Amino acid sequence: MTLLRAAAVPLLSVVLAILVGGIIIELSGENALEAYRALYDGALANRKVFGRTLEKATPLVMGGLAVAFAFKAGLFNIGGQGQLVIGALFAAAVGYGVTGLPWIIHLPMALLVGGLAGAAWGMIPGLLKATRGAHEVITTIMLNFVAINLTDWLTANPWRQPGPITQTPRIEASAEIPRWGELPLGFGIAVAAALGCWYLLQRTTMGFEIRSVGLNPEAARYAGISVPKIVVLTMTISGFLAALGGAIETQGVVGRYEPGFNAGLGFNGITIALLARTHPIGVIPAALLVGAMEAGGSMMQFKADVQPEITEIIEALMLLFVATPVVVRWVLRRRETSDISVGAHWGDA
Amino acid sequence: MDATTPTSVPATAPATVPALEAVGIGKRFGPVVANQGVDLRVERGEIHALLGENGAGKSTLVNILFGLYHADEGEVRVAGTPVQMDSPRDAIAHRIGMVHQHFQLVPVLTVAENIVLGDEPTHRRGLLDLDRAADEVVELATRYGLEVDPRATVEDLPVGMQQRVEILRALYRQADVLILDEPTAVLTPQETDQLLEVLRGLAADGVAIVFITHKLREVMALADRVTVMRGGRVVGTTAPSETDEAGLAEMMVGRSVVLRVAKTEARPTDAVLEVRDLHVHDSRGRPAVDGLSLEVRAGEILGIAGVEGNGQRELVEALTGLRHAHGGTVLLGGDDITNATPRTISERGVAHVPEDREKHGLVGPHSIADNLVLNRYFRSPYARRGIRHAAAVDEEARRLVADFDVRTASIASPARSLSGGNKQKVIAARELSQGARLLVAAQPTRGIDVGSIEFVHQQMVAQRDEGVAVLLVSAELDEILSLSDRIGVIFKGRLVAVADAGTLERTAIGRMMTGGADAD
Amino acid sequence: MSEPTNLLYRYRWWFFTALALVLFTLWTAEFQEAQTTAVLAATLRQSTPLVLGALCGILGERSGVINIGIEGQMLLSAFAGFLAASSSGDLLVGVATGVAVGMLMGAFLAFLSVSMQGDQIIAGTVLNISAMGITSFFFQQGRTLPSGKTSPIELGPLSDLPVLGRVFFSNRPLTYLTLLLVPVLWYGLFRTTWGLRTRAVGEHPSAAETVGVSVAGMRYLNLILGGGLAGLAGAYLSLESVGSFERLMTNGRGFVALAVMIFGRWNPVGAWGAALLFGYANAVQTQFQFRGWLTDDPQFVGMIPFVVTIVVVAGFVGRARPPAAIGQPYSRE
Repeated sequence: MTLLRAAAVPLLSVVLAILVGGIIIELSGENALEAYRALYDGALANRKVFGRTLEKATPLVMGGLAVAFAFKAGLFNIGGQGQLVIGALFAAAVGYGVTGLPWIIHLPMALLVGGLAGAAWGMIPGLLKATRGAHEVITTIMLNFVAINLTDWLTANPWRQPGPITQTPRIEASAEIPRWGELPLGFGIAVAAALGCWYLLQRTTMGFEIRSVGLNPEAARYAGISVPKIVVLTMTISGFLAALGGAIETQGVVGRYEPGFNAGLGFNGITIALLARTHPIGVIPAALLVGAMEAGGSMMQFKADVQPEITEIIEALMLLFVATPVVVRWVLRRRETSDISVGAHWGDA
Repeated sequence: MDATTPTSVPATAPATVPALEAVGIGKRFGPVVANQGVDLRVERGEIHALLGENGAGKSTLVNILFGLYHADEGEVRVAGTPVQMDSPRDAIAHRIGMVHQHFQLVPVLTVAENIVLGDEPTHRRGLLDLDRAADEVVELATRYGLEVDPRATVEDLPVGMQQRVEILRALYRQADVLILDEPTAVLTPQETDQLLEVLRGLAADGVAIVFITHKLREVMALADRVTVMRGGRVVGTTAPSETDEAGLAEMMVGRSVVLRVAKTEARPTDAVLEVRDLHVHDSRGRPAVDGLSLEVRAGEILGIAGVEGNGQRELVEALTGLRHAHGGTVLLGGDDITNATPRTISERGVAHVPEDREKHGLVGPHSIADNLVLNRYFRSPYARRGIRHAAAVDEEARRLVADFDVRTASIASPARSLSGGNKQKVIAARELSQGARLLVAAQPTRGIDVGSIEFVHQQMVAQRDEGVAVLLVSAELDEILSLSDRIGVIFKGRLVAVADAGTLERTAIGRMMTGGADAD
Repeated sequence: MSEPTNLLYRYRWWFFTALALVLFTLWTAEFQEAQTTAVLAATLRQSTPLVLGALCGILGERSGVINIGIEGQMLLSAFAGFLAASSSGDLLVGVATGVAVGMLMGAFLAFLSVSMQGDQIIAGTVLNISAMGITSFFFQQGRTLPSGKTSPIELGPLSDLPVLGRVFFSNRPLTYLTLLLVPVLWYGLFRTTWGLRTRAVGEHPSAAETVGVSVAGMRYLNLILGGGLAGLAGAYLSLESVGSFERLMTNGRGFVALAVMIFGRWNPVGAWGAALLFGYANAVQTQFQFRGWLTDDPQFVGMIPFVVTIVVVAGFVGRARPPAAIGQPYSRE
């Protein structure tokens, strides 16, 4: 019952977004029902396309987790995109650069290096906030641009595959994440990460400290918790999560790193985290939903002649409705208090 | 002028229409009834005290009179005419002015800017005329004897001055009714006398004054009439000449009150806390604690009296590791704990009841149980190797809730759902149950009900009797006088006097709080 | 608050920095007039959208609302302005549409953060993501401006001055407008009733409320006005700078503008100086090309403005004091 109550606003937001998206499709002269049927065909209709949905959902789970985890400490990590490309590139570098290892070592090693590279990248805004009071929203966004330039440079120069195309060499087979039939096993790693986050936050003293800092940093400080330490730690873990998503994408789907890798993924993380109401387990269904829309987008263009960017509009609408509880509240006729706050400590030195 | 002599402002002429009248006011906040059937009648030229303990509904009532809250039922009449009051703008239009308990001044703006804000003199459309504003402020200040520099920045002014600015702001708007919400809470006895004199002058000019307080002495000294509130209702209206302090106290609390804390002679032993030549800066980098030294022995309560803003907060924060000390040493049982982390200091046996319990003492959305172990959640049996042990936390929480009489339905409820007094009990339970050597309590009874105050005071004395060293910082001089074994007076970041409680007169302490001549 | 008399002293480091940069520019341009002019003109061009964005941020934060959605406001305005100008054939219609869309988004931000009491950062993020989605979906390749972009206006003999004439007095209309808006907004914030009330609301909303100033009203007003400025920045990008709309063409400028605002200490004049510095960081790219530096590694040159933003935010935010009430929804009861 409480689960249903908690899920009511996100569910209604999704329904509203799909309705409004349908109206936009109709207004642009196409058939909305046909478009959504095509979306279903392309995302859920059989094992093959469902495998594709899981594949799309995997980095979304990780991106959503990264944002949701940081939210718990009252931090807003918009740097998922940068952390993700760093993770993807470093996983690729280990994937092709290290040879002759059995998969049982090579596969986790590449994942870990990718994740740790992103952790280091996420640690930077954490340190800047903890020591200099620089707000993470600005620094993480700026670091996104820096990360994209940096990975482009690394791909174009030291880690480039000889040839006309700017990309890294393909990773060794021993670093590839296998599939189980049509289904990508990388999704399993993402689900495990979500469960791990939940356990960490709810059952450990570190999680208690993170939540205390997020809910009342002053009281946490009075209780002897080192707020700067928690800020750095949280941003590092958040960066690790986003980067692990990139590493899984490299090792499970793309097989190498190329510039333009998964653009826009970081912002999807915000939508997903908010849809999940920052609950680590809730991130999984939210990511599956967005993943299904991305997987089915091309089918929608093919069968119903609707631009796949309509899914971006629907995602924006979902975020809009979930962040604007009034519309939903008006429908539900009940008061909903926001439990998310990240703006209150802007500019604190 | 002697503040204890009742004034003889002409008694109210019954035939006149009251300046301000509230009839049958009712107001609820969710399930809490803050006001119910409240009547209040204030005449022109009258000083009308509104008396009641914390939570009696006084502030709610005046916030309704000033348009900040909207009454659920009842009517407000100004000069006999019912008025609709939706915002302070309406109240100001009806010439009602208010001096707020928490000053409503913009710290970074000047005195003149604060006074004219919302009703600014202008050259042409919207272009500020700050020179004219300053002139008008000076003129007004001279007329009422409230001298203040119009170009000073408000945050640089002492509290007494800031209060003048608030009064001037109401007078600038030509208030016929002036409401003052606990105006003396932050003043020294001398500043209080000055304020009372200003108020008498205003009343003589025909201004109706509503004066909120819970201090009986001020009511007796100042008021023409007094309305007593309890539990959101009016208990009665009377004149000071028709009653006495004990009578008012009984009206206020509903039973006869024990005004003194029962305690035996202190038997202090060794020094637990030794502070030597401590220097601490405030948040803006200015010296706040300026070479302060003190000593607290096991088994005694050292009370620190002083006007707020004289370094008390910085002192407490430096002692508990929350603020960096720039110089000097802090010794706990002989060990140097200067600039140690809050966790280290807490683990060495320092308990801290912070001044702002909502902001600093509790993580509101956390459960009561989690808040009760906020200083030891990481220790066995509450956690092992970083994994929390919920059963042990709950067991401890149940024990503490029973021992400290925290009134709650469940230990799983969020702490923010508790009343002020119960929140303070949660903090006290947590801090006093860990076997501390030193208890640092800042404003421990501010804003809580009489029952909880008595409980907190008893607990502090009990701690003392068990051999804990207690450092009490309070702006309530009565609290300092009734609890302390020794009293220190803090002024501008230094202790200007430390003496045994029995040897200091109330008025002498008052003079020392403002840096007066008695400081020796 | 600033007194004009000690302005020179307060901003002395700005003047020294500017001087050093001018000397550096002259050196890298090998003291040739054409190159120096080119770099300085590029600095001014690059700084224009940043100043406008920063002014938008200042109006919001001075009244107590963080606007993280400037990027989205700029992007959607650039798009709408371009679409309107392209279909009407009138640039003025385009600029007006851009400004109107910016104001509309400002009003929406106010609705979310003031009326709904939502988290301001999340409200701004909603603007950003919505703008990205809408502009991507409705983007059409191959549209052009029938009238071309705005044309330069030479200010008579002033434009004939060496270097300065070309840099300051032969610009396009929105650039002049921006140069005018900086002192106007400074004067407005520190010398008018509107400014006093705005600052009061951003520092201590309940104090403003108790003297009858409407907190919600001031916040709506300033977010809408600020939205207009961000809209102007968007129109500048598509109608004056580039002459067409490209996907995600704001390229992070809305966020850089926040850094400019902080570096300029929430003061319009300070923000203008800061924007020039950031504009210079951008313009310096052409200079690097001119001298043949880092031509093989353009990525490092591309990082410069973002790295500068990080350094500035990390170095200065702790020292500057933001308006006290920003980030917190205000309610009376």
